[in-house]
Amino acid sequence: MALMTPGKAGQTAGEITAAQLTSSKRDVSGMVMLVALLFTLISTLLVLFVLIGRVIRDAMPVVTGEGSAFLTNTIGSNPATTGIWPGLFGSFVIGLGVVVLTIPIGVSAAIYLEEYAKPNVITNALLVNIRNLAGVPSVIYGVLGLIIFVGWLKPVTGGSSVISAAMTMAVLVLPIVIITSMEAIRAVPDGLRDAGFGVGSSRWEVTRDHVLPYAAPGILTGIVLSLARALGEAAPLIMLGAVTGLLPETSLTGRFTAIPMLIYSWSGRPDVPGEEIGWTNAAAAAGLVLLFLVLTFNALAIYLRNRFEKSRVGQ
Amino acid sequence: MLTIQDLQGNRKQANRERLMRRLFGLAAIISIAISVLILYVLVDGAIDFMVGINWDWSLLSDTGWFPRRERFDLRTIITGSIIMGTVAMFVAVPFGLGTAIYLSEYASRRVRSIVKPVIEVLAGIPSVIVGFFALKVIAPDFVDPIFNPTTSRNMLVAGLGIGILVIPIMASLSEDALSAVPGSLREASYGVGAKRVTTVVKVVIPAAVSGLVAAFIISVSRAIGETMVATMAGGFDGSGPYTGWDVLAPGLTMTAAMTNAAGGTDAVKAGPAFDVLFFVGLLLFLITLALNSIGARFVNRVRQKY
Repeated sequence: MALMTPGKAGQTAGEITAAQLTSSKRDVSGMVMLVALLFTLISTLLVLFVLIGRVIRDAMPVVTGEGSAFLTNTIGSNPATTGIWPGLFGSFVIGLGVVVLTIPIGVSAAIYLEEYAKPNVITNALLVNIRNLAGVPSVIYGVLGLIIFVGWLKPVTGGSSVISAAMTMAVLVLPIVIITSMEAIRAVPDGLRDAGFGVGSSRWEVTRDHVLPYAAPGILTGIVLSLARALGEAAPLIMLGAVTGLLPETSLTGRFTAIPMLIYSWSGRPDVPGEEIGWTNAAAAAGLVLLFLVLTFNALAIYLRNRFEKSRVGQ
Repeated sequence: MLTIQDLQGNRKQANRERLMRRLFGLAAIISIAISVLILYVLVDGAIDFMVGINWDWSLLSDTGWFPRRERFDLRTIITGSIIMGTVAMFVAVPFGLGTAIYLSEYASRRVRSIVKPVIEVLAGIPSVIVGFFALKVIAPDFVDPIFNPTTSRNMLVAGLGIGILVIPIMASLSEDALSAVPGSLREASYGVGAKRVTTVVKVVIPAAVSGLVAAFIISVSRAIGETMVATMAGGFDGSGPYTGWDVLAPGLTMTAAMTNAAGGTDAVKAGPAFDVLFFVGLLLFLITLALNSIGARFVNRVRQKY
């Protein structure tokens, strides 16, 4: 635009352009924009670091005072001696259940939608439905689990148990597993499939021998991310009736709790002034354990995906 | 000599193919079953609730949220959700959008490769830990000294916490929208002598506007569906009066009303005080479904355009 303004008499178009291009006028609006953007970015990163830093700082008295006993002790009524063992057990079973239940169902559904389904109204309805399920708030999955797994399936799950929680979390992350698996399968080059069909393989054989091995790292990334999500969710656990108080035993079909539930419960308890280890410290220590688990899985997923994408470039 | 039989493959292979196809189809249908069950559970429970209060609609707009006394003032929880959601969006929009614009339009490849994973880590932080952060840091260190509220658990604290949770969602969806704008538009803008800031504000953002609207709508849906921070830091202990639009007052979201009804201290597991969670759940389900569907429509518009 600026180039079109009429120049001073006697200047050629070339001279005007050169003057415009070499002008030392500061780009004020550009600087303001850049500073504003950097401010938002740095603040966002700062929030993350302050959050993690505070959890570590508040957890320190427990780490130095109690050490590994915090992981193995059972839940008590004194913040200085309480442990998270029943919660750790609950979270472990939930994680295991999610992996065992979502891999076969999620990957099968993704195979159907990407390899078998014809593009028609029904397929489209399935896709829209899965996308909608991924956006349903977690607390509503808790309601579903409360009625179906705690209520209807009580003979199998034992009611409000860690089995019910694992099933609920599996249902909650299923849409994510399906969507990420579909993306991984879609990235498989058609040439691989055509080569398989060309030598007389059936679709299942092509899928099993060529598509799935090729898509495996992408599928794995989605499963690891879902696992991290399932371990961190607390709202469905409240709906399912996870225990917040004392829990002396660990069982598959009895009363249960999980780490997020302990953080929720302990965060709300008042600290006694002067105490060396209060409930805040216990909650932070449980938070540190959860953060460690979730961030490890997240980092693993990001690493897997980056490696996956790099190997793609070489194709 | 190759025969027709050879080309048709063997019967065993064909049978197995049919079996696998059915199995995979069944897995896909499970997702429909989940949706149907969610809707059934919510509607069935909501009807139980309405029968329990004898379809007395006047109980749904009354003085406040007192489930034990059968006062289910929907204004209380809807206002709570709107206020905390609005506070959250005031945090998430500038920081999420700013981060997205920086990453998409300004950052070098190296900076992107470092910052993007860090944002993804932020997205992975469990909400219960953000709830802890809201209670132990945001309330005592920021909100209490600056605004001096009557209680340190209030809607502003919870809203800020929810905002932190929504930043990475807003950032990643907005970045997708901005990256979808073709480079040729930027080059055309630079070609006529526009500065980078002009290109971003006058060319890239208007071109990405439907994607950005989608990011906003989906973020709102997440903010309204967020449960833990609202339950932990919102300050309502299961019941209380309607407090109007005061952001510094304690408040209750729809989600927190549900967790309170399910996790009540004494075992109220029946009657309207419990069944109300299905009614509120149905309301929440329909609101988030509507928002997500509108968001998806905007995303599709971007796909068609470029």
